[in-house]
Amino acid sequence: MSAVTTSIDRRRFLKTGLAGATGLVVGFYLPGRREVLAASAEPAVLNAFIHVSPEDRVTILISKSEMGQGVVTSLSMLAAEELECDWKKIRTEFAPEDKVYYDPAFGMQGTGGSQSIHSGWVPMRQAGATAREMLMAAAAQKWGVDASECHAENGVVVHTATKRRLTYGSLAEAAGKLSPPTNVKLKDPSEFKLIGKPTKRLDTPDKLRGKAMFGVDVRLPGMLHASVEHCPTFGGKVASFDGTKAKAIPGVKDVVPIMTGQPPVMTGVAVVADNTWTAFQARKALDIKWDEGPTANVSNASIFQEFEQRAQKEGVVARKEGDAAAAMANAAQKIEAVYRAPYQAHATMEPMNCVADVRPDRVDLWAPTQFQTPSRQIAAAIAGVKPEQSFVHTTYLGGGFGRRGWSDFVMEACQLSKAMKAPVQVTWKREDDMQHDYYRPASYIKMAAGLDASGKPTAFTARVACDSIMSWFFPGSIKNGMDDSSVEGVADIAYDVPNILVDYQLVAGPIPMGFWRSVGASQNGFFSESFVDELAAAAKKDPYEFRRDLLSKKPRHLGVLNMAAEKAGWGKPLPKGVYRGIAVLEAFDTYVAEVVELSLDKDNNVKVHRIVCALDCGQVVNPSIIEQQAMGAMVFGLTQTLKTEITIDKGRVVQANFDTNEPLRMNECPKMEVYIVPSKEVPRGMGEPAVPPVAPAIANAIFAATGKRIRKLPIRPEDLA
Amino acid sequence: MAIHFTLNGKAQALDVNPDMPLLWALRDALNMTGTKFGCGMALCGACTVHINGEATRSCITPVSSIAGKKVTTIEGLSADNSHPVQRAWMEIDVPQCGYCQSGQIMSASAFLAKTPHPTDAQIDDAMAGNICRCGTYNQIRKAIHRAAQLQAAGAKSANSGEAPEIESAEQHADVLAGGAE
Repeated sequence: MSAVTTSIDRRRFLKTGLAGATGLVVGFYLPGRREVLAASAEPAVLNAFIHVSPEDRVTILISKSEMGQGVVTSLSMLAAEELECDWKKIRTEFAPEDKVYYDPAFGMQGTGGSQSIHSGWVPMRQAGATAREMLMAAAAQKWGVDASECHAENGVVVHTATKRRLTYGSLAEAAGKLSPPTNVKLKDPSEFKLIGKPTKRLDTPDKLRGKAMFGVDVRLPGMLHASVEHCPTFGGKVASFDGTKAKAIPGVKDVVPIMTGQPPVMTGVAVVADNTWTAFQARKALDIKWDEGPTANVSNASIFQEFEQRAQKEGVVARKEGDAAAAMANAAQKIEAVYRAPYQAHATMEPMNCVADVRPDRVDLWAPTQFQTPSRQIAAAIAGVKPEQSFVHTTYLGGGFGRRGWSDFVMEACQLSKAMKAPVQVTWKREDDMQHDYYRPASYIKMAAGLDASGKPTAFTARVACDSIMSWFFPGSIKNGMDDSSVEGVADIAYDVPNILVDYQLVAGPIPMGFWRSVGASQNGFFSESFVDELAAAAKKDPYEFRRDLLSKKPRHLGVLNMAAEKAGWGKPLPKGVYRGIAVLEAFDTYVAEVVELSLDKDNNVKVHRIVCALDCGQVVNPSIIEQQAMGAMVFGLTQTLKTEITIDKGRVVQANFDTNEPLRMNECPKMEVYIVPSKEVPRGMGEPAVPPVAPAIANAIFAATGKRIRKLPIRPEDLA
Repeated sequence: MAIHFTLNGKAQALDVNPDMPLLWALRDALNMTGTKFGCGMALCGACTVHINGEATRSCITPVSSIAGKKVTTIEGLSADNSHPVQRAWMEIDVPQCGYCQSGQIMSASAFLAKTPHPTDAQIDDAMAGNICRCGTYNQIRKAIHRAAQLQAAGAKSANSGEAPEIESAEQHADVLAGGAE
């Protein structure tokens, strides 16, 4: 884009008040434009991640989406550590879509897989160090000294010998004209001032005043509001529709079909109005005949029947060690079990939405998206403009949990803006959000293990039959019928068992699948860690000691397991009627152990009193955010264990709102404690890994309380009778 | 015909369909987007505002019912994040995604006005209507206890003329922003 359009757009957004919101991306500055920017009052671009204004304001560009996991703060800390700037003067902006911001793990710009801290660990510190070196070089030039005679502290370059000082702001323009150094030296962890310290979130103040700009909060001049009636069945379409009655409602601007797929099929009908509520209301006046398609015959029973049938046949091998069949035949004791997990909806608090402004020569998106690159591409394709004429402005995300990796809401907004020749905001009702999600796979697993006479496992087998996420998200990644995300959390069990066979039956069902906080481990962790508990019981051993003995070669698993047991007081007496359960898992290279304390009332309602969590996520960047994320993940885990499930009847989702699919509430939330095992390993993410141990730890505590083994989620009182 | 009411201390006229829920009148007619849409059925609490001091779900409250009443939204709770609940939320660093927090704060502030020294059980009961998918419940519980302290200290200092324990929210924000030091 030209610099002229940049400044025009900036003025336009400033005028409409959009740029006033912290974090809203109006960041059109791109690397390589510094000659133009230096001539204006704009901040100097030191690199793709760091801009410094003449007023000493340091702007850090955040390439990741902020959905609560704290990246705005923790990525800024990485850059600030090396930049030696004044933390109080830091501002952040969400980065535009650009190759420079791609995550190497995805080959595109996107947020997920608990990757942000891991993939930002080196680049963000390098960006900070590079900018610092440029500022120091600019100061040295002004003073006519060598840069090695200077040091940087708190936003100022100091000539060490003479104590002369120049602020970053006064150096920014000159520094921006220098060539960036290529091999900056990063600090040794012993020199860290910021990394590793509890640090308040930068986004908190705006989130207490209603000023944080989420996707649904975007307001543009002339913007219209839309809402889409989607085909209730998956894979169905519109047979015919009549929008006459809806169009007659005051405030309704038009009724517009929504097309999806290749070749495009009409799968929904949108009402466009001058406000959201009118758009919602007018949907009721749409006269639509649906062609429900073959999925109309699908129900939960038929889905699990298929899983069960498929699980009778050998699958694609996910892990094979030794000879499990032979070891099983020779075992002193054989244990077998079948487990199930249901579909789950993401149910982010902010329903899906997006604003698009399609024009003849460009398209702008204001999107609460986790994946900027596909959003940008889809917008360009629909608008019929060149990729470089498509602009993604990432807003804050009112929760993500994987749902916003999809761009269905982006597509709708673009189609509608194109049709209306005006900016359009599409807002999903809660019911749309819950019934048209990309769900956590339902799953069925058959597990078996052989124990020797001493109770030590000699063989473990597992056959997973379930829907495949990657078949939906990235079919090209499916090799030979294997989707790793379907078996993670069970194929990678860490226990010292000499003979292992895990195989997978990929079921290509009609229900849309997506990444859901902690992905495959969210169900497989429940399966594997509950089953290990079954083995401990069969071996007549304490569940903690049984695990500990089988993890002697896995120091990081052992570290968190021992710490959780110690902090929870494992083995010490509990109040009458209170029971403990334990689980330990690795997910996304972070290790987490949890101990749950619970009781059951006379009606078999489960009351969780306390969860103790010990984790090892490598080097710690911000312990406060780690604690927040672990607690939040445990609440997410409690919800899937005790509360929510999505079921299918006649090809559609039964649940619709928070009454029929109710997340954990405050009065059900236990006390939680989080302990971090010190580590010198490379940092890993904390958004997801504390989810998976919750379900098995609860199920294992219920076994301790009742002797009843829970093999299906969610756990309902009637299952405990 | 316009509906007249008081919004964040100022007279407000609204000329919309009288059946329109207050939530959408605020968000779309008045462009006050701090109050959030979550469920549309009073199930999640994201849309909570105060009507004559009572925590109310604006998503099911038609504008026709607020004529002559006093409405306070998150934008009007304080000018500068200085309400004891906001100060406590800042101190504890409660929000994650932040989407439900306007509603949480409005529920908590109405609750504390009536229950200045709450127990955990009272907090759980009062806040059970506000869902947080990020799972900030432990932090909210802690922050409500802290807000109760700040509220009591503020009332005490207002009565005695002593300086409050915490400086203005603006200064406080600076202190917090430097929390790493």
